[in-house]
Amino acid sequence: MATDNKTADTDQLQEFRDNRDLKLQDKKNENLTTLNLGPTHPATHGIFQNILQMDGEVIMDAVPTIGYIHRAFEKIAERRPFYQITPLTDRMNYCSSPINNMGYHMTVEKLLGIEIPKRAQYIRVIMMELARISDHLICNSILGVDSGAFTGFLYVMQEREHIYDIYEEVCGARLTTNMGRIGGMERDLSPKALHLIGEFLKRFPKVWAEFEKMLTRNRIFIDRTVGVGAITAERALSYGFTGPNLRATGVDYDVRVMNPYSSYDDFEFEIPIGAKGDTYDRYLVRNEEVWQSLKIIEQAYKNLPEGSYHADAPHYYLPPKQEVYTSMEALIYHFKIVMGEIDAPKGEVYHCVEGGNGELGFYLVSDGGRTPYRLHFRRPCFIYYQAYTEMIKGGQLADAILTLSSLNVIAGELDA
Amino acid sequence: MELTNENVLGKLIAQFGEESIFDAYNPDGIMTFTTTRENIIALIQYLYDDKDLQVQFLTTMAGIHFPDHKGKELCMMYQLHSLRHNYRLRIKVFIPAEDPVLPTLTNIYAAANWMEREAYDFYGFIFTGHPNLIRILNIEEMEYHPMLKQYPLEDQTREDKIDTYFGR
Repeated sequence: MATDNKTADTDQLQEFRDNRDLKLQDKKNENLTTLNLGPTHPATHGIFQNILQMDGEVIMDAVPTIGYIHRAFEKIAERRPFYQITPLTDRMNYCSSPINNMGYHMTVEKLLGIEIPKRAQYIRVIMMELARISDHLICNSILGVDSGAFTGFLYVMQEREHIYDIYEEVCGARLTTNMGRIGGMERDLSPKALHLIGEFLKRFPKVWAEFEKMLTRNRIFIDRTVGVGAITAERALSYGFTGPNLRATGVDYDVRVMNPYSSYDDFEFEIPIGAKGDTYDRYLVRNEEVWQSLKIIEQAYKNLPEGSYHADAPHYYLPPKQEVYTSMEALIYHFKIVMGEIDAPKGEVYHCVEGGNGELGFYLVSDGGRTPYRLHFRRPCFIYYQAYTEMIKGGQLADAILTLSSLNVIAGELDA
Repeated sequence: MELTNENVLGKLIAQFGEESIFDAYNPDGIMTFTTTRENIIALIQYLYDDKDLQVQFLTTMAGIHFPDHKGKELCMMYQLHSLRHNYRLRIKVFIPAEDPVLPTLTNIYAAANWMEREAYDFYGFIFTGHPNLIRILNIEEMEYHPMLKQYPLEDQTREDKIDTYFGR
């Protein structure tokens, strides 16, 4: 089989190269310029390459190349015990790692059939919404930078630092968080963490209002973004758009409402949608989502239920260290979990969460072993980035940069 | 019509026959069934066009390799979503490894373009009619399809690695 494929492969490859060279030659005859944007261009905020065919300032065609930071997570996951896969998910959308972590935990919990206590679910909601705020905050402020407004970026970046302080208090890490465990959280929210969240809820609305004031009705910003990189709802759905980018086109699909997980149905919030699906609409949708996230955090923070912060699942949830030293059962479970000697039941699950960029799905096939038989990540960035060519065609180069920023393509999630 | 797993399955079997829609089960609330590669495009097109179902969103595609299933080593999983009715379903197609050919879905869903390239890249699926079937995440010169089970990951506990290369 391998040999057959090999010949098919090389033939196809040669054919592709011939075709590509031909195409480039054709384009040369038309006096078009070939421009190599990336892979390490600072304006792309990540490692993507786009070979553009330019007619003056206008983009006629683009060939995107991805895979520069592909790390084979799906393959690596097939050899790791379930709890060691969480750090891999951090590194997909590194702007909102807690959402990835918890999406993965919920997938495994679904496979194992573990019920999570309300308190743990609420803590998860708080952390996930904080992650969403930090994700949207980066996207929108970078959009400002790309259209020439650096101030707002530095101003809200400080707030991201405060969010990272909260992460640090909850799980010890700031960027690649590895937050929570299969079965709940690793520890309860400490008084300091609660204090930091309270402070954030008080301080952040003012900051975000000022940021909005700087950009939303700013003449230069509007001129640069309205009508830029627009896509219709039909095309967006065909391209598999989800998240803020889909909602900007006017489709109100949000996983938190459609398939509520982790007690999202307990909270009051709205799903902002746009109308034209252009860069400005994407900016507005993300802005409004930040307000809605704040609303959710406030509700969860006020109504944080009493109870345990993790499920009673000794086979999968690491026991507290104190018990490991003093109790035989805890020691056994600790050893078995750490050595990866826990068999998961046979099964097949799909779970999706609303990630920073859309429906982040985990398709897990277990054959009853200690590692997943197959773990597939549905990465929203990977799926919608293929529409980028269509969105920038006929536009100007400077607009292509803005479109890329407003799509919030995260290289780690794109390449997995 | 209320979209329950039984209703949808009955409707599909009535349309395509029991020899085309089989092995239906429900692992996690999402109905899963198997079809043949001859029927897959017609089936997905039918799901797309049908007024009651309106399954018009391709959530994801994932290849799976079962080296022990003789004659149907490779599995392609299509997961579809009817946003109108919030109904998800999962379709599987099993094909032999010697003949990993499937028809392309790019004429129905633009999103299938890169998903199929990914499946080709990692599992070696050949999608007939695909506009640009080349590797997407791995380098073009790669000579194998790395997600197949015959390529195991390195044993992390082996001791014959030469650590001096890595400065350890």
